[in-house]
Amino acid sequence: MATAGEVRGRPWPNLAGARPRFDRWSALALPAVVFLVAFFLIPLVAMALRSVTDPPGAGLSNYEQFFAEQAYVRVLTNTFWIALLATIACLVIGYPYAYLMTIVPGRVAGLLLIAVLLPFWSSLLVRTFAWQVLLRDTGVINRFLLDVGLISEPLTLIRTTSGVILGMMHILLPFMVLPLYAVMRRIDPEYGRAAANLGASPVRAFVRIFVPLSLPGVLAGSLLVFVLALGFYITPALLGGLRDQMISQLIVQQIQQRLDWGFGTAMSVLLVAITLAFLFAASRAVRLRDVFGSGVGED
Amino acid sequence: MSDSWRQPRRLLMAALGALTVFYLLAPTLVIVPMSFTEARILSFPPEGFSVQWYERMLTDRQWSTGIVNSFQVAILTAILATVLGTLASLGLSRGRFPGRSLVNALTLSPLIVPVVVIGIGMFGLFVQWRLAGSLVGLVLAHTALALPFVVVNVTTSLQTMDRNLELAAANLGANPRRSFLHITLPIILPGVLAGAIFSFITSWDEVVVAIFMTSARFRTLPVEMWEQVRQVVDPTVAAVSTTLLVVTTVLLLLLVLVRRQAPAQ
Amino acid sequence: MTATEQPALVLRGLRKQFGGAVAVDGIDLEVRRGEFLTLLGPSGSGKTTTLRMVAGFMAPTAGSIEIDGTDMTRVPPYRRDVGMVFQNYALFPHMTAADNVAFPLRMRRRPGPEIKTRVAEALRLVKLGDYGDRYPRQLSGGQQQRIALARAVVFEPRLLLMDEPLGALDRKLREGLQLEIIRVSRELGATVIYVTHDQEEALVMSDRIAIFNAGRIEQLGGGEDLYDRPASLFVADFIGESNILRGRYDVDGGEGGWMTWGDARWRVGRAAAERAALASGASAALVVRPERMRIVDGEGAGGLANTVEATVDEVLYLGPDTKYQLALSTGQRVSVREPRSTDGRELARGDRVKLGWSIEDGLLVDDPGGV
Repeated sequence: MATAGEVRGRPWPNLAGARPRFDRWSALALPAVVFLVAFFLIPLVAMALRSVTDPPGAGLSNYEQFFAEQAYVRVLTNTFWIALLATIACLVIGYPYAYLMTIVPGRVAGLLLIAVLLPFWSSLLVRTFAWQVLLRDTGVINRFLLDVGLISEPLTLIRTTSGVILGMMHILLPFMVLPLYAVMRRIDPEYGRAAANLGASPVRAFVRIFVPLSLPGVLAGSLLVFVLALGFYITPALLGGLRDQMISQLIVQQIQQRLDWGFGTAMSVLLVAITLAFLFAASRAVRLRDVFGSGVGED
Repeated sequence: MSDSWRQPRRLLMAALGALTVFYLLAPTLVIVPMSFTEARILSFPPEGFSVQWYERMLTDRQWSTGIVNSFQVAILTAILATVLGTLASLGLSRGRFPGRSLVNALTLSPLIVPVVVIGIGMFGLFVQWRLAGSLVGLVLAHTALALPFVVVNVTTSLQTMDRNLELAAANLGANPRRSFLHITLPIILPGVLAGAIFSFITSWDEVVVAIFMTSARFRTLPVEMWEQVRQVVDPTVAAVSTTLLVVTTVLLLLLVLVRRQAPAQ
Repeated sequence: MTATEQPALVLRGLRKQFGGAVAVDGIDLEVRRGEFLTLLGPSGSGKTTTLRMVAGFMAPTAGSIEIDGTDMTRVPPYRRDVGMVFQNYALFPHMTAADNVAFPLRMRRRPGPEIKTRVAEALRLVKLGDYGDRYPRQLSGGQQQRIALARAVVFEPRLLLMDEPLGALDRKLREGLQLEIIRVSRELGATVIYVTHDQEEALVMSDRIAIFNAGRIEQLGGGEDLYDRPASLFVADFIGESNILRGRYDVDGGEGGWMTWGDARWRVGRAAAERAALASGASAALVVRPERMRIVDGEGAGGLANTVEATVDEVLYLGPDTKYQLALSTGQRVSVREPRSTDGRELARGDRVKLGWSIEDGLLVDDPGGV
């Protein structure tokens, strides 16, 4: 029925109700799709295949091998542990920072935003290297503390879990602050005034009203930071000790040094699967929160 | 701005904020002065003032080729990612084809997959395709990583653009090609440029995938730095770091300028 | 048919369907050269969709569009040679006002000097001759709309289409621009198709008005035509204010008819009856404009054939006029509008009065939803 009025090559936006079809515009997206499928998807799929075909006929043996070995499983649990610590650290530092951004005048808030974004865009390697310089036994922090006389022997800051967390937090803080800020700035200050009017002290108003309303941001930021932390490589490699090894390091080790592709790719698949699982849970959780928790104050 | 919950210890908040800012900026700012030290080792505060480490960086074969390679890869990545990404954004925001949300997810997926996994996956296959360890291989890999940034920026520009402008252009006699050239492109140009700049920065700073995709013959600056940093470190690394930072900062400033110029925002 | 008689625009059986929803349900329309025709109707009545099909932004599901005798149904918008003014101006933000106006001429590859002259002329026409170098963001809403108008006429289009161009402006500005648009279109001898939902605006500006309802044209005619002789209840209600008295209509030989409603009985004039052409027993409505209904003083009917009892509900002072809101015994509300009388009739809430109107002032229309 629609053939009567169709004109060749009509690129105008289709209006509501029109059937989706492959028109001239869809062709524009094609090069990027082909590119990503060829150079991104297929390599990942090939890698997943390799995890079950290398050595030939491996099946799930690579995966079994991973879970059978205590040492390997410990690396996995350690990865979760460090990611969790990093998330908590980012939350502890990031929450007050984001809150501060909502109560200062606009221009200062802008500066605070830049302070958080600038590191975000500078090289992860440079920043981790800077932390290495700062945390070493002969590094800046120890030198300073020794010179000032607060300590008599250098503190072991590097090759420790705290060193790794400190370095990771530096990279991950923006990912916590930005979602938090986005949610916090939409919380109407009217609620605070209403609470005061009804007799709540400022602290109580904050705890009872502001904090619950900010929870979607907390959830979103935390899940994002956690998921990103799982995949870290450079930072734990430079700042961590042997016991702090994270799964990415193990993967690189297996591939580059042991040339055990089957095992290495199996762990990679595992890492991706865990990442996707958490992201999926995140997308569910945040939506539910909006329904039950803080539907108020959001658009 | 809230008032009744502003009371609790405003000074404490401000102090915490200042401390956090210090934490965020200090590490990188420490490196910069260190690169100008006269001494042979990394120390803070730096002793004396000298640009010898920069000279070393520019004259040492490995470092200088690293810089050139990084630059080449980043420029090519920026171009390729911007072209593919802009086309994709146009298709995604103006088209209504089945599977559109799937394509959208695909263009953003490189952001989600852990970068080590991407490196390994690509390395595994590129080796078979004879692309590993070459300029082309790395450009292809970095383009995949940079695409999401272009798509996000250009899509935002397209969506905030008044649709009536394209209708008006057609009404006034512009065919689709001329409408795009004279009207759409100039208006989304800030978004396109932003995407290009982010693509460059992404490639310029990228290290993990580069570790896999480079070889002894072909190395980028971050990879050189990675090799050095785990052994004996001399201030040249600080000079390299500063160089990496300066280029990134300059580009970000450029970005801010581009955004300021935007007529349609 | 000579060239001057050829209509500027002919729509035949124009239809637009979106999935299951029909936005435009068979439009036939002929627009004469040089006329100012308004498409008037509530939101969703299909008037904007029709305009967009004429512009070429949308393909019709069925029907044809003929501009100056040429079938343009399948011609893309950039080859139709019509000018369009949008509600949100749609000026290109990255170009100056002059560049905006020059754009259609550039697209037609006119030589540089010619473009300069014609742009200057167009800007002068809308009284913004010195504003060429300004960017749209430096202009007020009214100024932007005038630039948009200049841009739409500079290439001497066959038709000038306007999609609620004054909707975004405030009242005072709107009235000023209405006159501007009329002036410009007269000077150019342009054929204008104007879309609006504001019936006052339509009445002020148009030669003819097409009333749109649910995708169809209910009535087409001049302002007076529609006001004094509405063809349907919808038109009567949409244009101007009306008192609508529903009831049953019965024919009375060749002398018009009667409207019955409860105990009331009113006479319907012959002219009105002929125009409505309803059968006996039909549900109908008698439409009387508020200024035609009188409050009867004293006893008797004051010479008016039709009367009804009512109670005063509100008395509204509207400057030169007074408006009374009254309630009939059945609860239905009517309004009466009359000039402020110098011999002050003091009516207050709760007063019972008798209203009347003459036979000629009662318009008869069909009432399809009536009991």
